[in-house]
Amino acid sequence: MADQSSKFSVIDCDLHNVVPSVNALIPYLPDHWQEYVTQSDLKGPAASLYSPEPLLAPHPETRPDTGGPPGSDLELLRRQALDPLGVDLAILNCAYAAESIHNPYGAAALASAVNDWQQAEWLAREPRLRASLVVPSHEPELAAQEIERLGGQPGFVQVFLPVRSRALYGTRRYHPIYRTAARHNLTIGIHFGGAPGAPPSASGWPSYYLEEYAGMSHIFQSQLISLIVEGVFEEFPTLKVVLIASGVTWLPSLMWRLDKEWKGLRREVPWVKRLPSEYIHDHVRFTLQPLDAPPDPRHLLQIIDQLESEELLLFSTDYPYHRFDNLSDALPAGLPADLKQKILVENARTFYGF
Amino acid sequence: MVMTLTETPVKPKRQDPTKMAVIDCDIHNAPASDDVLAKYLPARWRRHMELFGSRPAYPGSYYPRLHPNAARSDSWPPNGGKPGSDLKFMQEQLLDAWDIEYGLLNPLYGAGGQPNLDYSAALARAVNEWQQAEWLEPEPRLRGSLVVPYEDGQLAAAEIDHWAGQPGYIQILLIARTHELLGRRKYWPMYEAAVRHDLPIGIHFGGNAGWPITGAGWPSFYIEDHVGMPQSFQPQIISMVVEGVFEHFPTLKIVLIEGGFAWLPSLMWRLDRSWRLLREEAPHLNRLPSDYIRDHFWITTQPIEEPPQPAYFDQLLEQLQMNDRFLFATDYPHWDFDAPDRALPNTLPAELKRKILAENARAFYRF
Repeated sequence: MADQSSKFSVIDCDLHNVVPSVNALIPYLPDHWQEYVTQSDLKGPAASLYSPEPLLAPHPETRPDTGGPPGSDLELLRRQALDPLGVDLAILNCAYAAESIHNPYGAAALASAVNDWQQAEWLAREPRLRASLVVPSHEPELAAQEIERLGGQPGFVQVFLPVRSRALYGTRRYHPIYRTAARHNLTIGIHFGGAPGAPPSASGWPSYYLEEYAGMSHIFQSQLISLIVEGVFEEFPTLKVVLIASGVTWLPSLMWRLDKEWKGLRREVPWVKRLPSEYIHDHVRFTLQPLDAPPDPRHLLQIIDQLESEELLLFSTDYPYHRFDNLSDALPAGLPADLKQKILVENARTFYGF
Repeated sequence: MVMTLTETPVKPKRQDPTKMAVIDCDIHNAPASDDVLAKYLPARWRRHMELFGSRPAYPGSYYPRLHPNAARSDSWPPNGGKPGSDLKFMQEQLLDAWDIEYGLLNPLYGAGGQPNLDYSAALARAVNEWQQAEWLEPEPRLRGSLVVPYEDGQLAAAEIDHWAGQPGYIQILLIARTHELLGRRKYWPMYEAAVRHDLPIGIHFGGNAGWPITGAGWPSFYIEDHVGMPQSFQPQIISMVVEGVFEHFPTLKIVLIEGGFAWLPSLMWRLDRSWRLLREEAPHLNRLPSDYIRDHFWITTQPIEEPPQPAYFDQLLEQLQMNDRFLFATDYPHWDFDAPDRALPNTLPAELKRKILAENARAFYRF
C-alpha cells in the first residue's frame, strides 16, 4: 500500500495569485455587471486599497513582462515558486478585498468572478494548485451562497477571510459562512490585510503604512480570541481555521494570557469548556512565512517549543512577497528532522485532508 | 499633622527591613462618590457635575465587569464605601499587610476621557487636588500619578506644569485606549511638558475613546476586553516608535501598566522586520524599533504572566532583555490582584526578585 506520508515532498500553504485588473474579470461577470463595471467607476478593491508594491514585492523578477503585478502570471509562479523548491502542492490565496466594496451585490458579483477566474486560469491549468474562495465576507449570507456554489469543486480547499473586518470573526453573524464551509470541508483561511472601512486599532487610524503592516499581528490576535471565546469551535466542532501570514511568534504569549484569564472569567463564557489553548491546538494552524524571527535563532526554537504542539506550523513562502532560493532558507535553523517533515508536509496534509 | 508637599516627604519606615522591600507601582484609589470630588471643583464645574454628571465618554462602549467595580470581594471597606475609597482600609489591607515601602496611586477616575475638554481639565485638577489632600499628605508611603486631560495637548501640559515640583506627584497617567494613537502630534505638547519636568508617562489598562476596542470590531464579552489589552497597547507602542516620538523626545520615559509583557518580544521582532521592509516610509527613524522600546519603556508586572512551564518564564525574560525595567504592582483592589509573596515565579534568582519587587522602582522613580 502506498505510504501516504510520501505522497508529497513540500506543500506550500500560501502563494498569491493576483487579479491584474478588473478587465481580467469581465469575461466572468454576468452582463449586468459587465456593463456596470465598464461604464461606472466601480473597478473593484484597487480603488480603496493601499499597498506600497515596490517595497512589499521587492523582487523585480516576479513582475511579468506583460506589465501585470507580481503574482499575476502562472508561468512565473511555476518557475519561481513551485519548481525550485520542489513544491508539489500549493494553496493560492487571492487577497481580493471584496469587503472593501460597500455595494453588497457588486462585492458578491466580483467575488464570484474572481473564483471563476481562479478556476479557469489557475486551477484548470496547473494540477499542483489549490485555491481559496474569495467571498463578500462582510455579507455572510451572500458569502455562504458563494461557498455553496463552488464548495464542492475539488480545487477549492479554503474560504479566504481578510483579518481586518468590521466585525470580529467569532461573532454570530458569521455562522452562515462557518456552517457552509464546514459542510463542504473547507478550511477558513484568515489572511493578512483587508480593507473593511473600519479603523485597525482601538485608538483609531495610524499615520504610516508601516504601523498598519506591523500592527496586523494584534488584529490576528483579537480575531483568534474572538473565535475561541465566542465558542465557534463548540458550535462547529469540525471547523478548521488557518491564520495566514500572521506571524506566529506571538502565539505562546496569547495562549498563556487567554488560558490564565479563562480561569478567572470563564463564568462569562460557559460554553468554553476547555482551556482556550486546547481549541487552538485542535482547530487552528499557522503558516510559516513571513516569520517575525528573533535575532537569536535559539529564541526562535524556544518559541516553537512553547507552542507545545508540533502540528501548528504549515510551510509557506508567501510568494511573490518573499522568495527563497532553497528550502533551508525558508525554514527556521536547527529544527529536528521529524518536525521539519511535519512543517513541510504532514501538518498540511492532515489538516487539509490531502 | 498635615504636611504640605512642598517639603521633602518623610522617608517611610518598613516594619521588617530584613525581608525584601516591596514597592507597589499600581494601586487604585477612587473617590467614594462624586460629592467627594465636587468639593474640589470650582462652582461653575460643580454645577455642571450636578446637572450633567460624568458623562460616560462614549455610550455603548462599556463591558460589565464580572465583579462589581472589578474589585476583590473583600476590598469593600467596612464603612460602606467603594473599593479603594478609604485610606484607612487601604493602609490596613494593603500597605500594612504587605509592608509596602512605597505605593503609587493611579486613580482611574476617567477625567482624561471626557470629551468636553474643559470639563476634562477641571475634573483632572479636582482629582489631583483630592488625591494630594486626602491620600498623599496623610500617608507618607504613597505617591501619585497626575490625571491629565490628555486629549488636549495644551491643557494637559498646563496641568503638568501646575504640579511640577510637587514631590508627591511622580508620574503622569494616561489610559491606554486614547482617541488617537499616542504617536500622533496632538499629544506632543503633553510629552514636551513631561520631559520638561522629567516625569514619566504611565499608560494604564483600559478606557474607550469611541472606537471599537479591537482593530476588527466590538467584542461581545468582558473577557475579550480584559484579555485583549495587549492588542490595545501594541498599536500605541508601534505608533509612538514609528511617529518618531523618541527621536523628538529622547528623554521621554513610558511605563506600560497592567498590560502584561509576554507579547513584547514578538512585537519587537515584528516591528524590526517591518521597519527593514518599509523604512523608506519613516526616514526620521535612526534606530531599530526594538532599541527605542528597550530604551524608553518600563513595565509593571501585574497581571503576571503565567506560562504553563516555569522555564518559559525564564525564556521570556531572556528574549525580552528588560530585567531592569520591571516594576512590581499589585493592582489593588482589583480582582486580579497580584500578591507580593506569590506573584513572581519561585524560580527567579533572589537578586532579580529584589530588583523587580522594589529596586528597579526605587531607581526609576528616585525614591
